[in-house]
Amino acid sequence: MPNISSGPRVGLFVTCLADMFRPSVAFSTVKLLEQAGCKAEVPERQTCCGQPAFNSGDRKTTADIARQTIDAFDGYEYVVGPSGSCIGMLHYYPEVFAPSDSYYQRALELKNRSFEITSFLFDVIGMDSLQEQLRQLQFNHKVTYHDSCSGLRQLGIKQQPRQLLQQVQGVELEEMEEAETCCGFGGTFCVKYPEISNRMVSNKSEFISNTGAHTVLGGDLGCLLNMAGKLKREGKQVEARHIVEVLAGMTDTPAIGEADYGLAQQL
Amino acid sequence: MQINTPFFKQRAHDALADANLQKALGNLKAGFPEKRAIAVSRMPEFEQLRDQGRDLKNHILEHLDLYLEEFERKVIENGGHVHWARTADDANRIILDICQQVDAKTVTKGKSMVTEEIGLNDFLEANGVQPVETDLGEYILQLRHDHPSHIIAPAIHLNLEDVSEAFHANHHRPKSSDPAVLMQEAREVLREKFVAADVGITGANFCVAETGSTIIVTNEGNGDLTQTLPKTHVVVTSIEKVVPTLEDMTLFLRLLARSATGQEFSVYNTLSSGPRREGDQDGPENFHVVLVDNGRSEMVGSEFQDMLRCIRCSACMNHCPVYGAVGGHSYGWVYPGPMGSVLTPQMIGIEKGGMLPNASTFCGKCESVCPVRIPLPKLMRHWREDEFEKHLQPKAARYGLAGWAFLAKRPALYKPYTRMASWMMKAWAGKNGRIRTLPLAGGWTDWRDMPAPQGKTFMQAWKEQQKAGGQQ
Ligand code: SF4
Repeated sequence: MPNISSGPRVGLFVTCLADMFRPSVAFSTVKLLEQAGCKAEVPERQTCCGQPAFNSGDRKTTADIARQTIDAFDGYEYVVGPSGSCIGMLHYYPEVFAPSDSYYQRALELKNRSFEITSFLFDVIGMDSLQEQLRQLQFNHKVTYHDSCSGLRQLGIKQQPRQLLQQVQGVELEEMEEAETCCGFGGTFCVKYPEISNRMVSNKSEFISNTGAHTVLGGDLGCLLNMAGKLKREGKQVEARHIVEVLAGMTDTPAIGEADYGLAQQL
Repeated sequence: MQINTPFFKQRAHDALADANLQKALGNLKAGFPEKRAIAVSRMPEFEQLRDQGRDLKNHILEHLDLYLEEFERKVIENGGHVHWARTADDANRIILDICQQVDAKTVTKGKSMVTEEIGLNDFLEANGVQPVETDLGEYILQLRHDHPSHIIAPAIHLNLEDVSEAFHANHHRPKSSDPAVLMQEAREVLREKFVAADVGITGANFCVAETGSTIIVTNEGNGDLTQTLPKTHVVVTSIEKVVPTLEDMTLFLRLLARSATGQEFSVYNTLSSGPRREGDQDGPENFHVVLVDNGRSEMVGSEFQDMLRCIRCSACMNHCPVYGAVGGHSYGWVYPGPMGSVLTPQMIGIEKGGMLPNASTFCGKCESVCPVRIPLPKLMRHWREDEFEKHLQPKAARYGLAGWAFLAKRPALYKPYTRMASWMMKAWAGKNGRIRTLPLAGGWTDWRDMPAPQGKTFMQAWKEQQKAGGQQ
């Protein structure tokens, strides 16, 4: 393992879904950060990015959670998380405060140093430092990649995950039709308007399986839970994983929604 | 028009089950977005044009009063009349007055969403004036007592068979399903109406302040006949349509055609600059412009001001996955899709219109194609804020949010709670790795499985790992 204390100190923004549903995604992220020479830490006082409040119109709660998050990640050179949506929310924090608020500047400053993991690896660390490690990995499957909305349209994440993936041996990337179309998750949307959400994820499921891919990869657990849930319900064989699991070589855990073969021991 | 917005969910449910509608929506999805993409790819400076369009509209909105007054002055100079209508009712009464002054029995109409917004057709009919829609799509809808489901392709929800039936029932001619025959039939029937009409009513895509002109942009040419044949031409439009100069207008024409249909230029771009002058070969004797406000001036200076940049191109709905799933009628009022989800609550009130700004995943596709860069998701979010402040959201949603917020703001409580929730869901799933039904989560599990959590929360597992590491 490379020297982990020499590089930048990075605060891991775990995200509530990785915390509750798929700790292996957060562990994979830590591993990738350490391989990139960063010192990864997990601030204790983080919970959720506040997006449910923000998108429900609850400005006060949003501001409270934003303050809490800003405080929790004070002093880290970078803040990195395995989700375009949650990091995107951190990027909205400046909108939550009036410019006269003392947190406004801090929110701006947090925005400038917070990154979604694939963008951090590709745009900040750079491929040169990563290539060697990625090339030692093997994932002998045809995969397809779903572009999650906030990552794609808010943070401009499109090439980064693909470039990284292409380094891994055995990966065959087959693009699906409408990879950039929303999967219908949308936070509370999927339970508030379940039928419309279902139509959207049904389309997505069809586009995924049309590629003949073994695994659908993505950068956001919300979308992945939604797509995996639909694929499973339809009895399709396609597996779903967060991209960091492949990039960190941690694909020995069952895929999302797959039966658990004693995973608890590994964690 | 009747407001059905509160029934959005039921209407969406019906729309999803309507095979014909789904077929029509499938065609739409394949049509406009692809054409737009090609047109945009052929114009390297398109993104700069969008910036210019946004900036110019912002400038206009900052000086709206000045440009409107200049426009009014020019129209009057040209021999026309300008009427200011604060509300939909005012607008309808003004238009009826004009019709009655010239003893109008029938009026022909070009396509106009503003007249839909104010409910003009019903009002005229109730007062003894017969409106005849001349845009082919609108004409078909009128025969069917139907309403537009799209702002530029009003009959997009219909199939050929629907049209064939509507014509057969109204024209008393042999039934045909040949588009060319139907088109010819419509031409013949409408030609008589054009000639007989006493008043022609059109909308306007833009009003040019420097010349006092209005312009309509169509692909059928019906609008030209509507505004040149009758003795009286009434332009019904809204206050945000004003642009300073003809050159400014051309910027928007370039944006509009590409964003709407993927054309470089629409087929007919027809300017009207007042009544017929000495020596003119054609044109109306009377020229009126009705400038409708209907809530728009309240948006100026508010958090919704950006919405007034809209040039009604329809790109946002053409690219919207929600619109693409449920179609325009589900939205329950005049304006559908993302632009409607912002405008409708302004016009009918958030109490009735609240369903719409909530029916979005905030995927951001609409904003990414909007030619004047309207931040549609952000504006929808502002409506949700308004709802939240007025306690309009359903109780379950409010309590759920409050309970979640209570925990999320208290990391020390949040952690044991999430640990317990993860553990319970995992236990519920058993060995399956996924859950098929989950109490209180029917919205999810009615349609898809819920992947089970891995077991421990990350925070818990991380802590244990750190401890173990520290002891080594
Ligand atoms: S909001 Fe934008 S994309 Fe939608 S109709 Fe208006 S101008 Fe076009």
